[in-house]
Amino acid sequence: MPEHIALMVNGSALSVKRGTSVAAAIMIAGSPCRTSVSGEPRAPLCGMGICFECRAIVNGLPHCRTCQMLCEPGMEICCQ
Amino acid sequence: MNRSYDAVVIGAGIVGAACACELAHEGLRVAIVERDLIGGGATAAGMGHIVVMDDSPAQLALTRYSQSLWNELRPSLPSNVEYDRCGTLWIAADEEEMNEVRRKHALYANANVPTEILDGHALIEAEPNLRKPLAGALLVPSDAVLYPPCAATYLTTCAEQNGAALLLGKTVVAAGQGKVSLNDRTIITAKYIVHATGAAAVSLLPDLPIKKRKGHLLITDRYPDFVRHQLVELGYLKSAHSVTSDSVAFNVQPRRTGQLLIGSSRQYGAEDSAIDHGILESMLKRACEYLPNLGALSTIRAWIGFRAATPDKLPLIGPTEDPTVFLATGHEGLGITTSLATARLLVDSILTRQPAIPVEPYLPARFVRETAHA
Repeated sequence: MPEHIALMVNGSALSVKRGTSVAAAIMIAGSPCRTSVSGEPRAPLCGMGICFECRAIVNGLPHCRTCQMLCEPGMEICCQ
Repeated sequence: MNRSYDAVVIGAGIVGAACACELAHEGLRVAIVERDLIGGGATAAGMGHIVVMDDSPAQLALTRYSQSLWNELRPSLPSNVEYDRCGTLWIAADEEEMNEVRRKHALYANANVPTEILDGHALIEAEPNLRKPLAGALLVPSDAVLYPPCAATYLTTCAEQNGAALLLGKTVVAAGQGKVSLNDRTIITAKYIVHATGAAAVSLLPDLPIKKRKGHLLITDRYPDFVRHQLVELGYLKSAHSVTSDSVAFNVQPRRTGQLLIGSSRQYGAEDSAIDHGILESMLKRACEYLPNLGALSTIRAWIGFRAATPDKLPLIGPTEDPTVFLATGHEGLGITTSLATARLLVDSILTRQPAIPVEPYLPARFVRETAHA
């Protein structure tokens, strides 16, 4: 099994270690997960699926709690 | 402490707020008594549609009149009321329901409400997330949605700007014969007392023919453009007409925020304010039958509310046997739509003005007569 996973974050290729959460991949890419209604950048706070700050678009579906998802090969992740 | 007003409105839901606004606008000295929050009861629990409905000629007359009043008020509404003229699509699943589309189209044309018939292709173009195939739909472009608690707050503020006093956190323990007694032992005297407390009206007036009809709603996270119109299945009419059994029907609204508000359910004899998960599940299954991709969306919250239902599905608006007591309740699922017309008709009655539409179908006396003849 390969040690690294190739995926896309905001249209750019990224390689992460197997077992990396999607939230961590977004942080590695240096981006906030989403922009709030009032225009503020947002990133994970609780890291355990409670605060909803880590929401992002994963494979086209908005509002995914990225701290609760592991990276998979070919995943397309976008900030929202 | 004792006080005196021309009129006391009990309840600052959207109906009470509209009545207070109209009374104060006509120069009466008004007090509004609200035990909790402005628009915090059925007003906050409901969907907030401004729709024309045709269960009966009287319902059509009232909803159409009230929608025209909302259209007049619309330029004055603050943005937090989130008034959105998204239109309603009455969805026909099959040819039998398309007959109902054509019947409604003709009926609305007679009432000067412009509508448009969509075939299956036009419907999918208008709402790509609906299941395919569907027979078609009736588009009612003049229908709108809004956020009811903010609308009630706006109407209350208008009343206050015209001199009305807002008594928040006070409970009315007795009202009649020109006197309103509060839980803090205040006695207010008034020429007119308006009961606008929805399903709670029976706590002060136990003989009113009002029953609670429980409903569930659920709101999603923001998915802008997932649906573009208020969507209602034509089967909704069968569901809403049933006055005995529990029922669910597909009704989804797009909100200004991009959120989807999902309904609806109707239950009699369910006084428990907890969510009934069986009903909620049936309601969501029904919604997913029409919007197959709905299941992938995230929900923020589900809640319940109690509609104030009358036996003939029309509200109670107008005078009672006590010449100081007036009713503005029993609006079931149409209180947001019909609040403004209710206020106008009520004030017409108090000031003995000529109303814009016949008031007889809504007079509380219609049930007194029924009892006398029984």
